[in-house]
Amino acid sequence: MTDDILRMREITKTFPGVRALQDVNLSVRRGEIHAICGENGAGKSTLMKVLSGVYPHGSYEGEIAFDGQECRFAGIRDSEQRGIVIIHQELALCPQLSIAENIFLGNERSRRGLIDWNRTNHQARTLLDRVGLPENPVTTVSDIGVGKQQLVEIAKALSKEVRLLILDEPTAALNDEDSAHLLDLLRGLRAEGITCVIISHKLNEIAAIADRVTILRDGRSIETLDMGADDVTEDRIISGMVGRDLEHRYPPHEPSIGEEAFRIEDWTVHSPVQRDRVVVSGAGLSVRHGEIVGLAGLMGAGRTELAMSVFGRSYGVDISGRVYRDGRQVEIKSVRDAIGHGIAYATEDRKRYGLNLIEDIKRNISAADLGRLARRGWVDDNEEYRVAEGFRHDMNIKAPSVLSVTGKLSGGNQQKVVLSKWIFTDADVLILDEPTRGIDVGAKYEIYSIINRLADAGKAVLVISSELPELLGLCDRIYTMSAGHITGELPRHEATQERLMTLMTTLTSKDPTR
Amino acid sequence: MSSISPTDVPTAPAGPPNSAGPARTTVFGISLNIRQSGIYIAFALIVVLFTILTEGALLQPQNISNIIVQNSYILILSIGMILIIIAGHIDLSVGSVVAVTGAIAAVLMVDYGVPWPVALLLTLVAGGLIGAWQGFWIAYFGIPAFIVTLAGMLLFRALTLTVLGNQGIGPFPDPVRTLSNGFTDGFFGNIGLGALGGADLFSLLVGVLVVGGMALSQWRTRTARLGYHQAVDPLPVFLLKIVTAAAVIMFVVVQLARFRNLPWVLVLLALLVLAYSLLTNRAVFGRQIYAIGGNLQAAVLSGIKVKQVVFWIFVNMGVLAALAGVIFAGRLNQAGPTAGNTFELDAIAAAFIGGAAVQGGVGKVVGAITGGLIMGVINNGMSLIGSPSERVMLVKGVVLLAAVAFDVWAKRRAAR
Repeated sequence: MTDDILRMREITKTFPGVRALQDVNLSVRRGEIHAICGENGAGKSTLMKVLSGVYPHGSYEGEIAFDGQECRFAGIRDSEQRGIVIIHQELALCPQLSIAENIFLGNERSRRGLIDWNRTNHQARTLLDRVGLPENPVTTVSDIGVGKQQLVEIAKALSKEVRLLILDEPTAALNDEDSAHLLDLLRGLRAEGITCVIISHKLNEIAAIADRVTILRDGRSIETLDMGADDVTEDRIISGMVGRDLEHRYPPHEPSIGEEAFRIEDWTVHSPVQRDRVVVSGAGLSVRHGEIVGLAGLMGAGRTELAMSVFGRSYGVDISGRVYRDGRQVEIKSVRDAIGHGIAYATEDRKRYGLNLIEDIKRNISAADLGRLARRGWVDDNEEYRVAEGFRHDMNIKAPSVLSVTGKLSGGNQQKVVLSKWIFTDADVLILDEPTRGIDVGAKYEIYSIINRLADAGKAVLVISSELPELLGLCDRIYTMSAGHITGELPRHEATQERLMTLMTTLTSKDPTR
Repeated sequence: MSSISPTDVPTAPAGPPNSAGPARTTVFGISLNIRQSGIYIAFALIVVLFTILTEGALLQPQNISNIIVQNSYILILSIGMILIIIAGHIDLSVGSVVAVTGAIAAVLMVDYGVPWPVALLLTLVAGGLIGAWQGFWIAYFGIPAFIVTLAGMLLFRALTLTVLGNQGIGPFPDPVRTLSNGFTDGFFGNIGLGALGGADLFSLLVGVLVVGGMALSQWRTRTARLGYHQAVDPLPVFLLKIVTAAAVIMFVVVQLARFRNLPWVLVLLALLVLAYSLLTNRAVFGRQIYAIGGNLQAAVLSGIKVKQVVFWIFVNMGVLAALAGVIFAGRLNQAGPTAGNTFELDAIAAAFIGGAAVQGGVGKVVGAITGGLIMGVINNGMSLIGSPSERVMLVKGVVLLAAVAFDVWAKRRAAR
């Protein structure tokens, strides 16, 4: 006899022209951690929006039963009253408010219409203890890191007396340490009897924490696996997600490595907020033509700061050090200089820093080197169209035409547009910051193939990634970074996850003040 | 939301309904982008409405001429304003800049007797310097445009009063008044148009040339696009659009030719609209304005010199405000201390009615002009039927709100 807290039966949800969900079934047992897996666009988020009332009753077909009672939610408030709380991928905190204010946002502790600050902060303290966050409740949310903000979200959920907690990609923006803490916290909640549904791309986490996993593919529920009973491996989940055996997650690649293309020496960067804080300290690295080099490091290690400061001083102050291109020292004072010297940087946050989401594919691809398509300041529209169409074909950007707006594309296709934009600048050195973040397995494979093709074309590629298997599968050589220092360099055949992790957590002795 | 069907047929006119396209609706078998064409349909409806309400007086030759001349300075301002709004900024100072540049022009021409072309040039330079002053604080010092131009609104009004010594200065030389109020000469005399009576041949020829030029350039654009296998309107739709545009232009030109030929401000305005449409659509500089408004961070990381672009669009606004200032002063034949009051609000309203987005990144020069004309027609039409000014203000307020509400609604519909 199973005790299901939630049963969703034959859920079908259609948008104009698209069937997002079709006859999806999901049953979650009381007190378990239930994972939902699927490629981007498989319908995971849509299913959760149906469950939480974002899509109200009547806008979908099928039945939802929570605790044996049929549910007809008209909105989020209805579902929250029943104890169903969803934490979205993009955190919904007000950065300028304090932790306590955020926890009780919309649910204020008040007396006669006035907020009772003592009760607010005291109860916030208790909730923060429960989620293991040793911060003062009056601290402003913008002053704490993403990992801690995630914990504030969970504290907020707990304040609503949550019975079913839904987490959409909770660890996507977290480093390994914070992720581990979060997973521990979820185990603790399970022990308290709170049921969790977790949506994640990180299969190793699912394998570590979930009791059962339901796999969605193309808007249908494919299967539910019992992690204990069935012999479930990551590869088993992947084959369910993609509907085929993905023997190799990384395309095979035989590198042909040439001369050194790019080198930095003694690169030091200070934080723009605290000018005396060293963010990158005496870093040096090099990439050769045709080589794919990885840069591993935990969040806060200074990888993005290193890349952005090299890329036309887009980050940091008091920057010192030397940059060499093809053996010659170059001065890079602006992004234009960097592009002029054949350096490209694809950001880790493509929506905020990479794309103009209200513009079409064509204009995004041409944005970084529009001058190439122009004569005396006038753009040749038709040539721009031809170039963009070429990229749409070569990169397999799935959109009806290059006039489609980039904001409507899936993550994988957006990333292909970003890569197209930088390839169009004819850069010889490509720095790719988290090139597959938030992208589904199938599209990741395509991105890897594109990176391999770039290397084969003689480009020097520097890949920054938080996913060690990705670096191991893709790179010819891997640097590690920790606390602003380059702490190690390993060729592919010597690198293992364990060795990399050790180097990534080494605090160097070079800087005794830290 | 999930899957986007790939099509390998780029020439298909309008693909199957998909989540990646703009909101389109079908009218008489013609697929329309409602967000883009809604404004033109609204304009047509408003013109029809007031033509009926005024029993045809709205479209009488003299009245068409009045609408153009009376709104010319707002339309010129709205061209500069739309660029600023596309970049995600705002300019509240243009009314005061109109006043101060009008005053400068008056002092130069009337008090110092500087020849009018030199004085006009100096006034435009002064407008540019004012724009540079504001552009500096906004682009390089990083103060929000709202604050800088709010300060500018006070500063330049104060400067106007100082320059004018609190009184009007005039009259202006004849050529300046002609630019504001005057009409082209009847170089080739009149020609009979049957029941319509006599009309100026030169004006008609200009109209025919404009229509011919427009049709030719549209045709060449279409041919070139076809050469690149791009999606274009089917031929009947294309022809319908050209014929409609040609009919509208020729109607206005014929009416003007029957009255007193082409107003010089219309000629100036037409050149400005053409130049700035080209700038926004085709020039690298114009494209960078959209990129900045669409996503500032991405623009910075794409190597666009954001500060320079922002600086120059404010310089441009200053120059256009100076031009509007001279035209406005020339029309009243006097530079007055209260000139240009609330012009900034009209220009901003024109831009937003014309489809600009509050967040920036979206907008068209022709849209802003249409927005300005919508308000102009409402003003004119309501005064023809004798509505009191408070009712005119009420209607304009409702129209502004409705236009932006429609835009937001259409955007939300497209996002579904």
